[in-house]
Amino acid sequence: MKINAFSRLVLLAIAMVAVSGCSNIEPWVKPYERDRLADPIMALDTDPVSSAYIQHVYEAREGARGGEGAAGGGCGCN
Amino acid sequence: MKYSRGIVVTTLALLAGVGTAQAGVLPEDRADVLYHLYDGGGVEIDGPSVLVRKQVGKSTSFVANYYVDMISSASIDVITTASPYTEERTQWSLGMDYLRGNTTMRVGYTTSTESDFDAKTYTFSVSQDMFGDMTTLTLSYALGDDLVGRSDDPVFERENDRQQYGVGITQILTRNLIATLNFETITDEGFLNNPYRSVRYLDAGSALGYSYEPELYPNTRTSNAVGLRAKYYLPYRAALEGEYRLFKDSWDIDSHTVSLSYTHPMGPWVFSAKFRYHDQTGAHFYRDIFSRSEATNFRGRDKELSPLTSSTFKLGASYEFIKDVEGWGFIKKGTVNVSYSALTVDYEEFSNLSTSALLGEEPLYVLDADIFQVFFSIWY
Repeated sequence: MKINAFSRLVLLAIAMVAVSGCSNIEPWVKPYERDRLADPIMALDTDPVSSAYIQHVYEAREGARGGEGAAGGGCGCN
Repeated sequence: MKYSRGIVVTTLALLAGVGTAQAGVLPEDRADVLYHLYDGGGVEIDGPSVLVRKQVGKSTSFVANYYVDMISSASIDVITTASPYTEERTQWSLGMDYLRGNTTMRVGYTTSTESDFDAKTYTFSVSQDMFGDMTTLTLSYALGDDLVGRSDDPVFERENDRQQYGVGITQILTRNLIATLNFETITDEGFLNNPYRSVRYLDAGSALGYSYEPELYPNTRTSNAVGLRAKYYLPYRAALEGEYRLFKDSWDIDSHTVSLSYTHPMGPWVFSAKFRYHDQTGAHFYRDIFSRSEATNFRGRDKELSPLTSSTFKLGASYEFIKDVEGWGFIKKGTVNVSYSALTVDYEEFSNLSTSALLGEEPLYVLDADIFQVFFSIWY
């Protein structure tokens, strides 16, 4: 994927945010149905200090980098 | 110095609080004190990492991290072309999250210092919750500024600039399943070599049959990575997580990384197990041995850029010594955590030159490492 393709992806993401304000999508998992997702064992990163360390080890020992969730996101279930 | 290269990507991850960053909710106030130990391939690295996060007012949260690597290295690269050394790297990170409605903005700054390598990284990201908080979209950017030196040459100084662009989306799919998809592009421009490493080339005039000369890398690199992660709540109270990452860069390194982990709580304990597998091709300018001196425009024998596979098996346990419902003074919850990871890297084109094997008959190098982590976490 060239950088141009990536730029298009970013623009698409921005467009998604822009149109979200006037969309009317009903959440199919209601807030009161998110009890399991709110369980600490379902956190996508339980311990940031530990996962950042191990990610650092991999980046020092392997040729690849990134794409492992730095952009983040949550379940909005607190 | 080699160990420092990875800090930029992890910096963004740490300051964003990977995967837990929720656009409509500030991260929880917590503090972690971690001791880490890496022991493998003649290299021992240990040190502390301390992370403190605190909300101030209703809409702002600050995070700080202090991290140290104390390195003692007699690695395969060092014993074949240099002398064992000790080194210390200190890293400070500061970050701030600002919440406004369903939008969270984050800024961060990280500085890393060692005798021959300084790195500064500035990060910015914005997250937006959408569709009844079922979807979180995050855009991120980081700017890195490295200064590379040489411990044996006080005049030697080279720069490297790095930019990271990320887009991530986290989506609740069912009441038991959540997934996150992340794209990341990283561009480097500057001095990307390790200044100490050498390549070897065939030399009939040498007793060994080969000689060494300095590496020479391209001065730009662009990489793209896409990662998909999904976590599923099983029919009983336990979680299963799967992850896949595809990586490609302008040096022709392609890689696939997969992992599977299982988390199982039992009273005050939480046990976890994880297996991770990584498979990569080598950089186009990588050779275990070159046909002659200056045989190609760019040349490297950095084993991390060679074709390789790595596998990791990790076991972890966490014990909640201050319970969530009871608390203790200002502390709401406290845990002590231990983990052990066994890492094996099989290099497909990197010979082990520490043996007395003749040229062309050297065995391939295999790295085995033990990784320990012990840490306390409190929430307040």
